[in-house]
Amino acid sequence: MSIKKVTQHPTQNEALIFERSQTGRVGYRLPELDVEETPIEEIVPSEFLRDDDLEGLPEVSEVDVVRHFTRMSTWNFSIDLGMYPLGSCTMKYNSRLNEKVARIAGFLNHHPLAPEAESQGALKLMYTLQEDLAEITGLPGVSLQPAAGAHGEMTGVMIIRAALDKRDGEASKERRVMLVPDSAHGTNPASAKLAGFTVKTIRSTKDGFTDMDHLRELCDEGGIAGLMLTNPSTVGIFEKNIREICDAIHDAGGLVYMDGANMNALVGVARPGDMGVDVIHLNLHKTFSTPHGGGGPGCGPCCCTAELEPFLPVPRVVKEGESYRLDSDQPNTIGRVKAFFGNFGMMVRALAYIQTHGDSGLREATETAVLNARYISHFLQEDYEKPFEADPMHEVILSHKKQARKGVHTLDIGKRLIDYGFHPMTVYFPLIVDGAMLIEPTESVGRQELDTFVDAMKSIAKETIEDPDLVINAPHTTRIGRLDEATAARKPVLRWKPDMETSAKSA
Amino acid sequence: MRYIPNSKEEMAEMLSDIGLSSPEDLFRSIPEDVRLKNELNVTRPLAENEVIAEMEAFAANNPAAQKTSFLGGGVYSHFSPTIVDNLIQRSEFFTSYTPYQPEVTQGTLQYIFEFQTLVCQLTGMDVANASMYDGSTSMAEAFLMAQRVTRRDKVLVARTVHPEYLQVAETYTQHGDMELDTVGIDEESGRINADELAKIDTETAALVVQSPNFFGCIEDVNRLAEIAHEAGALLIVVVTEAISFGMLKSPGSCGADIVVAEGQSFGVPMSFGGPHVGLFACRQKFVRQMPGRLSGVAYDKNGNRGFVLTLATREQHIRRDKATSNICTNQGLIALAATIYMETMGRKGLKEVASQNAQKAAYARKQISAIDGYSITFDSPVFNEFVVTAPSNAADLLEKISDQDSILGGIALTQYYDGHENDFLVCVTETNTKSEIDRLVVALKSNS
Repeated sequence: MSIKKVTQHPTQNEALIFERSQTGRVGYRLPELDVEETPIEEIVPSEFLRDDDLEGLPEVSEVDVVRHFTRMSTWNFSIDLGMYPLGSCTMKYNSRLNEKVARIAGFLNHHPLAPEAESQGALKLMYTLQEDLAEITGLPGVSLQPAAGAHGEMTGVMIIRAALDKRDGEASKERRVMLVPDSAHGTNPASAKLAGFTVKTIRSTKDGFTDMDHLRELCDEGGIAGLMLTNPSTVGIFEKNIREICDAIHDAGGLVYMDGANMNALVGVARPGDMGVDVIHLNLHKTFSTPHGGGGPGCGPCCCTAELEPFLPVPRVVKEGESYRLDSDQPNTIGRVKAFFGNFGMMVRALAYIQTHGDSGLREATETAVLNARYISHFLQEDYEKPFEADPMHEVILSHKKQARKGVHTLDIGKRLIDYGFHPMTVYFPLIVDGAMLIEPTESVGRQELDTFVDAMKSIAKETIEDPDLVINAPHTTRIGRLDEATAARKPVLRWKPDMETSAKSA
Repeated sequence: MRYIPNSKEEMAEMLSDIGLSSPEDLFRSIPEDVRLKNELNVTRPLAENEVIAEMEAFAANNPAAQKTSFLGGGVYSHFSPTIVDNLIQRSEFFTSYTPYQPEVTQGTLQYIFEFQTLVCQLTGMDVANASMYDGSTSMAEAFLMAQRVTRRDKVLVARTVHPEYLQVAETYTQHGDMELDTVGIDEESGRINADELAKIDTETAALVVQSPNFFGCIEDVNRLAEIAHEAGALLIVVVTEAISFGMLKSPGSCGADIVVAEGQSFGVPMSFGGPHVGLFACRQKFVRQMPGRLSGVAYDKNGNRGFVLTLATREQHIRRDKATSNICTNQGLIALAATIYMETMGRKGLKEVASQNAQKAAYARKQISAIDGYSITFDSPVFNEFVVTAPSNAADLLEKISDQDSILGGIALTQYYDGHENDFLVCVTETNTKSEIDRLVVALKSNS
């Protein structure tokens, strides 16, 4: 008799749900139908009815489902497990209180097309958040509608487009150049394109700042619609010339959009509206701690000057006397960017974040986030090249320059960090730094964990000298090793099919 | 509930370790004249129970959330098994990020792969992405994709598509070379007006139709696919009520080239309109023109199967302004909720829940049509929504029964369409009991 040998613990070898499926298993129960049943063909003619009997859909029990997802979950790193220093992503603690309040029945069970008079609580909440975000950014016009950062960017540049079209009329046609620094997120140029702009790239100086000479040169070429600027920039440095930059763009007839990805360095300390910025998007999933959820949902509100307010998406949430209403009667609006009103559930969480921190707490969070980054920078500058002199704000940029001499690159260092119990930092971004490592600790990391991280990075630097292969072949402690991404892209398998190879590749 | 681990003392020590004396020193690189001089004018820090009380107070002011509801129109009230919300609250799912590093994000990558598979199975398509923000933005992205695929600039949209989806598409396409045109409504059937389909020509990139459409009517997708394909255009099918996949012929098997849908019905709360999840699926040959993320199979050097984000050369972080879309994320956690829902309901449950929706809606439709003065506006077959013509102004009627009977009876069509003052859209799901339906009928009857 042959014995089926378990070669790997089941939690390390969870199959796809389709491979677990057993004919006849059921994981749900609905109440019995309580109306008299009509033959289905009398409701829907058979030509419109499904004829595949949903073949291939899984048949599993509730226990199967719970174990399936619980096992898979253990293959993920998460903020709750430890420091997740992805630069530019602001992986801060996601409070359980915020999760709890977002699940209050009066929010969850509320239909977006319910009458306004019966939705006053939800509208008031949105209005309150708008007011707070206006205060935090120094920009009074707010729309909460965009669903994510890139969506907020698109909204922001469309607002610029609409404002210029309104101001210049036909002549606006000659003004279609959007300036984007070479250090920008890839979403910036992609969003600018959706607003009908042509992108021109501004160089950065060797110190990591926007090259003012190049900026003026581009402005002199004319046709400037605006600038998309991240501040602090994607190398974690505050643009010391921010005023001059905004003035230059305004003098050239353009408007300034700020990518708010890095607002965690500024809340309570400095406001984009006071710097000359015209419109900004915020990432509630970064700065205001709504959970990243494995890649979403986000929420990317747009805040703008009073002059740009008429161009915000509709409907807008407005206050009249003591009541709130949705206003779609805005002739200059860019239009609607999403069905209904945006990711309301994220708004509840963000407001709860603001309330728990309050005035002093918001500033303390910023101070701590910047201090933590500065601390890392201070203690790693001997081991890793720090490409720019300027003091980092909330994130630190390092490069692999020293390690590359030994054949160890940024990706290897990131993978080796996994063996030390940390999620890798952001790698190879921004593109202007060769072998960039962008480290953002956030305020949610205490001193001991920062020290452990610093020690890990120092140890990897040492390993690079003593045993580079150890780093190059990392990680050594995960369920699977590095995956062959090139083959995956060349022969994409993007869905399960019954004839698919199972967990191990057949030789 | 303090979220910052360091104490004030530790912070002071750390400052001193790096040679600074006060927190203010951290911000020396910010020019003095743009630094904030005062504290922000927001609330003082609230305690945990104070925050809960504040939030409860907001929620208490949403009386609609407590009422018996027959509202649909793109957002639906369905039962979600307990394990859906429970499992998505595992730290490893909700506090992780985009699976950039596959060795420590296999949980996310595998469920996305399962999600993609389930979406393909239900829509009858070859490939699906990791999800979009919602149904409306998913549709707008499909228009842009159709333009890339066909190199044609005209998109013809049925006016029976959700009006807010159409508004979003107008915003997305207003600055490109795309020309949006609409196809009207057949006032008898409530379907797309076939007479206007002559508008399709060799410049048309896609014909766009929703089924069941905004009025709940099931469109003849097969025939519309033929008409689109004859002109060399794509057929884009929009579905706002994903539960209908369990019963109605899949758009893929009817000839659709791109299918976009709202996945909120799959176990996701209404939550005043979001966060929800957009589904996006298409034929294999268009895969490299798709927007959004894709999870695909990959192997490590020991032959272990895993999953990675793949075909990234379509995406903005590599292609910048030449990317297929500016989208960066997907709708991760909501896609997870939808995946858990689809798997828990499974093959049998997805059929049964669809059937219950159709049966209950058919019962309600029959009862309402029997009330004096009321009629069913359109004669096409429906799934779980239908339009009713009332004897008087629908908005006034709905307000009255909401006040008097605590029932949200439907959505007045005047909100979206001219000339339908007396019409309203009723949605009946498996969560509506027979007694609720009967109460609605009584309420309507007393206002006939």
